[in-house]
Amino acid sequence: MPGLIGKKIGMTSVFSVEGKNIPCTVIEAGPCVVTQVRTMDVDGYESVQLGYEDKKEKHTTKAEFGHFKKAGTSPKRKVVEFKDFEGDLNLGDTVGVDLFEENDWIDVTGISKGKGFQGVVKRHGFAGVGQTTHGQHNRLRAPGSLGASSYPSRVFKGMRMAGRDGGKTVTIQNLQVIKVIPESNLLVVKGSVPGAKGSYLIVQK
Amino acid sequence: MDPIKVVENAFSTGVELPEFNAGDTITVHYKIKEGNKERVQNFRGVVIQKKGGSTGTFTVRKMSGNIGVERIFPMDSPFIEQIDINKYGKVRRARIFYLRELTGKKARIKEKRQK
Repeated sequence: MPGLIGKKIGMTSVFSVEGKNIPCTVIEAGPCVVTQVRTMDVDGYESVQLGYEDKKEKHTTKAEFGHFKKAGTSPKRKVVEFKDFEGDLNLGDTVGVDLFEENDWIDVTGISKGKGFQGVVKRHGFAGVGQTTHGQHNRLRAPGSLGASSYPSRVFKGMRMAGRDGGKTVTIQNLQVIKVIPESNLLVVKGSVPGAKGSYLIVQK
Repeated sequence: MDPIKVVENAFSTGVELPEFNAGDTITVHYKIKEGNKERVQNFRGVVIQKKGGSTGTFTVRKMSGNIGVERIFPMDSPFIEQIDINKYGKVRRARIFYLRELTGKKARIKEKRQK
């Protein structure tokens, strides 16, 4: 899917034409520079590598610097490959938010906010015990039984338990584009998007 | 400029609301849709709180007979046509929820002198 690399700016709410109050997320998407073009002949598949946001030369390795120099751009912080771009994109071309239009449906990928060590109720949506009386006093959010006793005499692999939650790659599908503001590279999307403010996002059509 | 502000400006209705605060008596003229007809209704009462920034809301309380009625309006609602300020009230706090327990003569608010 063709797409762009962006950054989560934050959330706000706007009124639609019908007068409905819509919660929305503001994303700064692009401008991205084509840093490599993968072709069938050389790489065995077709795709385009895009780079987003400048970084200083002193934070760039020599190998990376050479790669960006070939495309004729400054070193980029975030580099991602995308497939199926319409039309021919050449090394050094710029792709902007005008890739998207109003009312497009897009998928947004980001790294969700880290939640730390969480119990099963938050981490896996267990219901907890559900009673505060009838002998329950200290196990309101406990997972309950982990399995049977004499057979199999062990806990199956993959049993959902407490542990580190969040900080994973999450994709939200089918978000509606409410507005595109090309002058400031902004994309207004209905609903929420994974990650903290300022975190990188992959926005795909 | 802050990108969020850019977005809010792009959606703003351009209607400038007058400056008012908790304790003021205001009349909100707001549009109501009934079927496909649209008409303007007035809601006059005391502002008991204002909250939030550019996407904030304000609460207006009035006594309808013996029953208190409160309505929450979004600041940037496209349905607000106009706001008239009838009285500037003199109150000591930003959220005058104590008004809910008071009725009759006790529920009056002193008027602020305008310079």
